[in-house]
Amino acid sequence: MSAQEVPQGRCYTPFYDRMKEIDRLNNWTTWAGYSSPHALYCPEVEYFAIRNSTGVFDITPMIKYRISGPDALEYIDRLVTRNMRKIKPGRVAYAVWCDDRGQVLDDGTIFHLAEGVYRLCSQERHLPWFTAAAIGFDVEIKEETEDIAALAVQGPTSFSILKNMGLDGLENLKPFGLMYFDFKGEKMMVSRTGFTGDLGYELWINSEKAIDLWDDLFVAGELYGIRAIGSEALDLARIEAGYLAPLEDFLPAEATVRTGRTRSPLELGMEWLVDFDKPNFNGRRALIDEKKRGSTWRLVKLDIEGNKEAHSSYIFEHEENNDAEIGFLTSSAWSPICKQNIAIGTVKTPHGNVGDSVWVEIYYQRELHWSRVMAKATVVGKPFWFPPRRSQTPPFPY
Amino acid sequence: MTEQYDAIIIGAGHNGLVCSCYLAKAGKKVLVLEANNQVGGAAVTRSFFEDFSVSACAHLLYQLQPQVIKDLNLNPKIISDNITSIVLSDRGEHVRYCGNNVEGVSDSDEKNYREFHKRMSRFARLLNTYFNKPPPRLGTKNKKDLFALAKLGFDLRIMGKKEMREFLRLIGMNIYDELDERFESPLLKGGLSVDAVLGTHLGPRSPNTILTYLYRLSVNQGKLQYPAGGMGSITTALGELAGKAGVEIQTNTAVQRILIENGVTVGVETQAGDSFFSSTIISNVDPKKTIMDLVGPRNVETRFTHRIHHVRNRGNASKFHLALDRLPKIAGLNENDFSARLLIAPNENYVESAFNHAKYGESSVNPILEITFPSVVDQSLAPSGKHVMSAIVQYSPYDLKGGWNESARDNFIQTIMMTLEKYMPDIKKQVLTSELLTPADIEKEFHISGGHWHHAELSLDQFMFVRPVAGASQYQMPLDGLYLCGAGTHPGGNVNGAAGRNAARMILEQEGSL
Repeated sequence: MSAQEVPQGRCYTPFYDRMKEIDRLNNWTTWAGYSSPHALYCPEVEYFAIRNSTGVFDITPMIKYRISGPDALEYIDRLVTRNMRKIKPGRVAYAVWCDDRGQVLDDGTIFHLAEGVYRLCSQERHLPWFTAAAIGFDVEIKEETEDIAALAVQGPTSFSILKNMGLDGLENLKPFGLMYFDFKGEKMMVSRTGFTGDLGYELWINSEKAIDLWDDLFVAGELYGIRAIGSEALDLARIEAGYLAPLEDFLPAEATVRTGRTRSPLELGMEWLVDFDKPNFNGRRALIDEKKRGSTWRLVKLDIEGNKEAHSSYIFEHEENNDAEIGFLTSSAWSPICKQNIAIGTVKTPHGNVGDSVWVEIYYQRELHWSRVMAKATVVGKPFWFPPRRSQTPPFPY
Repeated sequence: MTEQYDAIIIGAGHNGLVCSCYLAKAGKKVLVLEANNQVGGAAVTRSFFEDFSVSACAHLLYQLQPQVIKDLNLNPKIISDNITSIVLSDRGEHVRYCGNNVEGVSDSDEKNYREFHKRMSRFARLLNTYFNKPPPRLGTKNKKDLFALAKLGFDLRIMGKKEMREFLRLIGMNIYDELDERFESPLLKGGLSVDAVLGTHLGPRSPNTILTYLYRLSVNQGKLQYPAGGMGSITTALGELAGKAGVEIQTNTAVQRILIENGVTVGVETQAGDSFFSSTIISNVDPKKTIMDLVGPRNVETRFTHRIHHVRNRGNASKFHLALDRLPKIAGLNENDFSARLLIAPNENYVESAFNHAKYGESSVNPILEITFPSVVDQSLAPSGKHVMSAIVQYSPYDLKGGWNESARDNFIQTIMMTLEKYMPDIKKQVLTSELLTPADIEKEFHISGGHWHHAELSLDQFMFVRPVAGASQYQMPLDGLYLCGAGTHPGGNVNGAAGRNAARMILEQEGSL
């Protein structure tokens, strides 16, 4: 037997070669062990591709698990807080899962591929937890990150591009739905999901057909402003959409060391994902207790006055004479499309009701000199960016 | 059937019965459901050949809690009190020990044994005060738990600096090293090794076999007794007491699952399809079977399921019964000596070697035996002039390589008979019939996962605060309304009753009626 070459360092996704051709910045980062572009040529241009035409982001490094077997539904229904019985084949659910103490381990999307077969996608790897949760269930859990190549195709012209590529019937696909198409003899899954809060799709295909898919997609999108993008542009888009990023806006419970640094789904504003009426799910007892007792933290979206980015700022109740902060910001940005200074943060309850005014302390530097400003901020309920086209079916063609 | 009970107890083992008595005495309407055709669980006396009867599992009584006897006015009929242990020598030079007395060893061994026994008894007594109450939880702010923990520290300290240090040194240690340091006599070391490892998946060189030894001594300094009519008489008496206290007992009623609604127990469903309702369900069944089979992992949390799934409960002790035409002859023993407890464990290395096989899924080639002839003192167990032999044989692992098929059983019986013949040359001639109960048989007949005496291995990582598992040590499971009361909970197995009593008191205390 000859020695097998073991890949060392970062892995390459099947789309790497194509992205490398476009790349002008050599600004790469690691995502789950893969090289992933932070930006390819200009983060601002890439961002505007998402909002004004179509941005294509390689989401192959997203951790993917295939969960199947006779108990697959029972298993997932106990794993996540959401009622999975309501998610029929062909549908996708955003879900969170908790440890025994009701603290969020991670969030992800669960694709009901076919009766009793699911794909769970998440930012972090969770095989130890999923395996422990499988004790007593007849399920098979297999990581298929490497086998499945995936692209997020997001933006107002994304529908037209995919139609132009010949995906007939796509107009009937509703948000959080999935459909299968034939792509050069290979089954391709298309789901109307994404991380941009806009009209957009995700394409999933066997890794071997990845390059073909990329090439066809970019040919079909040439006249629709299609552009490959990096994670910096995407991060701005997701803050506008009000989506949380694990490790940014909350820590997976198993990644914390100090007590009190974990968050429950109730504290992350995800109560709508928690179904107390279904049979037991992991963390239910603890969450019922929390509901009775009241949560400690609350996640807030803030609209901040002015245009100075409130990077990691403290949040205060009053402008002056503050004894202690009531919270802190975890994500912040100037939103070009909303023309708003926006942020996601965490405050102690009972602060942070929608409509409340709070103050954020912003430090900024001008020619090495630091200045400080207290900026008024309003707690908002809706995502900052929530265009009607996001959920319009059939989508508007360009 | 929509009758509502205050509590339903699954399993009429001795702990289940004890628990039912305490609850009924507090005015509760209690139903006990037993899968087998008689109460007692594994603590039963049953016929294995014509008129020959024997205690099915445990055959000597040494741990029944005096507090339980007193509270319930239980009046166990004891025929033979303070039984001597005789470690057999193939040359007839046996070693005998009973209490702090030892015979057949050197003067220095005798002196050392007295000192050893005194210290061990003291430590065991200390442990036993904690066996009669729920163990305090670790990491809570509950005042009662904190106080109990502080008291444990105080109780250790009050023994004096030297004794506390000894306790802390010994509690996690193996008994082999301690015996080797103290004693010369191989037979004495062999016998005490057996005392430490009986009923466990441990050898004398395994960690915390001093703890298991202390556990054995914890009640009445480990004084051994024969209950009249075998162990079944104790549970029969408990069953009668329960009946008198108003407990409803149904035998031949196996529970299929525990009914749960909205995260709370509401009753049980039997294999026959009947349902019985109560918001308090107490399981005398081992923790693994209770959670994995009766509750189902769907209804409890992941990490808890994970812990329960990994509870170590591989049984290793077999029961071997012989119906005898006459008593066998043993060099150096007279007929009276047959009322003693006989041990085949010629030295401590023999015991460890016997365990070696079990580590790799094989039964011992040279097993250790604890042998009793209960019919010598109790004529009710065998026809006149004839006798029964009841022996505990180790090691015979539950998960034997290749399984306990016919040929594996025959082989093991051969091995046992050959071992016996070394000391009782004429035994084969006297045998009318034999019966072997391997851990697999014990699992099947008495519904104990793994066929383990203690339902869960008795070791420091499954002891007190973490028995059966961390976060569930006070009899209440993380499922509202579900309690455990069996050997898998604090303090552990043997015919003891503390688990049943503690569980009942915990339930009564929680609702404020204690």
